[in-house]
Amino acid sequence: MRILVAMSGGVDSSVVAARLLEEGHEVVGATLQLYDSRGAAKKGACCAGQDIRDARAVADRLGFPHYVIDAERRFQDSVIERFADAYAAGETPVPCVACNQGVKFTDLLGLAKEIGADAMATGHYVRRMEGPQGAELHRPVDEARDQSWFLFATTREQLDFLRFPLGDMPDKAAVRQEAERFGLVVAGKPDSQDLCFVSDGSYVDLVERMHPEMAGPGEIVDQSGHVVGAHEGVMRFTVGQSKRLGNAARLQGERQMVVGVEPGRKRVIIGPRAHAFVSTLSVRDVNWLVDAPPEGIVCKVQMRAREEPRTARVVPTPDGATVLLEEPAMPAPGQACVFYQGSRILGGGFIRRTEQQAAV
Amino acid sequence: MNEKTGDGVKGFSKPIYLDANATEPLRPAARAAMLEAAELTGNPSSVHHAGRHARAVLEAARNTVAARLGVAPLNCVFTSGGTEANVLAMHGLGQGRRFLVGRTEHDAVRKGAPDGADVAWLEVDSHGQVRLDLLEAALHAPGAPAFVCLMLANNETGVLHPMAEVARLCRQHGAHLHVDAVQAAGRMDVNVEDLGADSLACSGHKMGGPKGAGALVLRGPAPRPLAPLFEGGGQEQGRRGGTQPLPAIAGLAAALCDGLDNPRDLAPLRNRLEQAARAAGAVVCGAVAPRLGNTASLALPGRRAQGQLMRLDLDGVCVSAGSACSSGKVAFSHVLDAMGLGELAGQAIRVSLPWDVSEADVAGFVQGYARMAAGTGAGAGLALAR
Repeated sequence: MRILVAMSGGVDSSVVAARLLEEGHEVVGATLQLYDSRGAAKKGACCAGQDIRDARAVADRLGFPHYVIDAERRFQDSVIERFADAYAAGETPVPCVACNQGVKFTDLLGLAKEIGADAMATGHYVRRMEGPQGAELHRPVDEARDQSWFLFATTREQLDFLRFPLGDMPDKAAVRQEAERFGLVVAGKPDSQDLCFVSDGSYVDLVERMHPEMAGPGEIVDQSGHVVGAHEGVMRFTVGQSKRLGNAARLQGERQMVVGVEPGRKRVIIGPRAHAFVSTLSVRDVNWLVDAPPEGIVCKVQMRAREEPRTARVVPTPDGATVLLEEPAMPAPGQACVFYQGSRILGGGFIRRTEQQAAV
Repeated sequence: MNEKTGDGVKGFSKPIYLDANATEPLRPAARAAMLEAAELTGNPSSVHHAGRHARAVLEAARNTVAARLGVAPLNCVFTSGGTEANVLAMHGLGQGRRFLVGRTEHDAVRKGAPDGADVAWLEVDSHGQVRLDLLEAALHAPGAPAFVCLMLANNETGVLHPMAEVARLCRQHGAHLHVDAVQAAGRMDVNVEDLGADSLACSGHKMGGPKGAGALVLRGPAPRPLAPLFEGGGQEQGRRGGTQPLPAIAGLAAALCDGLDNPRDLAPLRNRLEQAARAAGAVVCGAVAPRLGNTASLALPGRRAQGQLMRLDLDGVCVSAGSACSSGKVAFSHVLDAMGLGELAGQAIRVSLPWDVSEADVAGFVQGYARMAAGTGAGAGLALAR
């Protein structure tokens, strides 16, 4: 069948294209140009000028057509600006989810359908398995490379059309071996990093440039609003963190942590670590990959990209879901809360700010 | 699942090339002239026998191009191509003038003025022709004398500006008229005197010659002074430094003659494919204006250009959208945008028939286009990328 392969110019997606071609499919390569490659692009980031050249070189070597897709404006609007806006709203966003959902799985997938493709494949480390109720999304075999958390927002319709050929690979070394077997120039290329669009500086500089009102020093306050310290910029703080609090790190003998960020007033709110944990959280923009269980479901939830999943009960609500944790935790607003059962993703959503975090 | 479309358009094993405005297939006459010139060792600037021989070939080409375009031989300056010819005119002849540049010009001209120059834009009407009332108002405006840049035939739509009127207005107001004739030269009669242009740019590979040579031709007594972009060894009467690429120049001259001596009216074939495209739901952009006979701009409402191009390419049909960017990405069409076509500016492809197009090529395109147009039209997100 005709398969559009989303190629970043890296090892993973190149191997995907080579394998599908070897299996006899009609492969069409596409690389998204997400930002102007003439600008300073971060080394090791995806889709900069060199990566487009690499993707094209792989396609030329293997002999299938390859196209560069202009997604600069869409990426700016739907990923970078929303990323900065989320920080300005006191959240810690996950831009990779927005990118997968918008530019990749909506726009590029739409293009794949337009050119008459039967499926779209990517180099994501995640498994798509056929189940009795249709396609299911699972963690990959290689746990070290697990990208399932970043893909929770994939809809069932999208999943139906998608293929993730690397989900079964035992490890990255095996992928590189495949690349070498196919003679791909990218076989030894370093892995790309997250936040591909942040060039030389850091994400702090980027957000402060887009929201100058957030830049500069401010106050650290306790939960009743008393000033207990000073900081260099709210951008450097995220809920749950204990670093960079200076003398305020310990108050009245109790260890403190960030419980909220108020970018508008440049304030960081802290509270005793012991009291800051919550047992209930609310999530929005929930995507279910199973039929939403009206009475709720006991499962595991993962609230950060790298953490041990915890047991919880997830109950759908009209505007998302309520997550009742078995043991209290410290969720960061804006991060994803993904529901798993074994290796399978049931669904997920974005963590809302709690009343406590918003009201101080 | 969708129908299988990977086997190319039925009955056409070879790709169908309908992207002449990007580059024309090489004309046999041009190839012959190039091969002959390539055998010459001499540098046209050398005084010895070999140099003289090369120089004779160069000057013969110059005489030919100058005569065909209606200027004195020494007012034909060879360049590396159309972009350089346009930029050379704007830099070398535009000093002290304010630039009036058409909205639908090629990027070579839109971005061709020297840094810091005073540039104002000339709007076009919904058919793509320059607004003469606005041109007149701009020429009337106070300030330095004007340097007007307008193309003869548009690369995306083929639309021709009312050049006689433009020239009359420019003459009245003491303005310099520079004409980008890259798409027109070799495809229609182009005479600098008759046009009333002061300078005119053309390119070899757009008329069936090789890539690598173009010409800037100048009206008036020769040699007309022209400040070079780079002096180098003072070639081309000190107006363009650098050893002339003799094979490319010989090919350009041969292609120009071949095109003009063997004119072929491609409009009937073009009209046929436009009719078929309309039947498949397309809007023909600029159809009402006088146009170059080989060019069609076909917008398919709701279908981004990128997807159309890819689908046609996978079916073995080569066309383009907007101006190709060096990275190969498909950009929003500033030409159709200037014509007020809104969303359609991201939904149009350009079909430009080469000099050797066959009826079968057009039939193949029509078949591929109908199949493409009948396909799914999903999400519009990337269509808006601009």
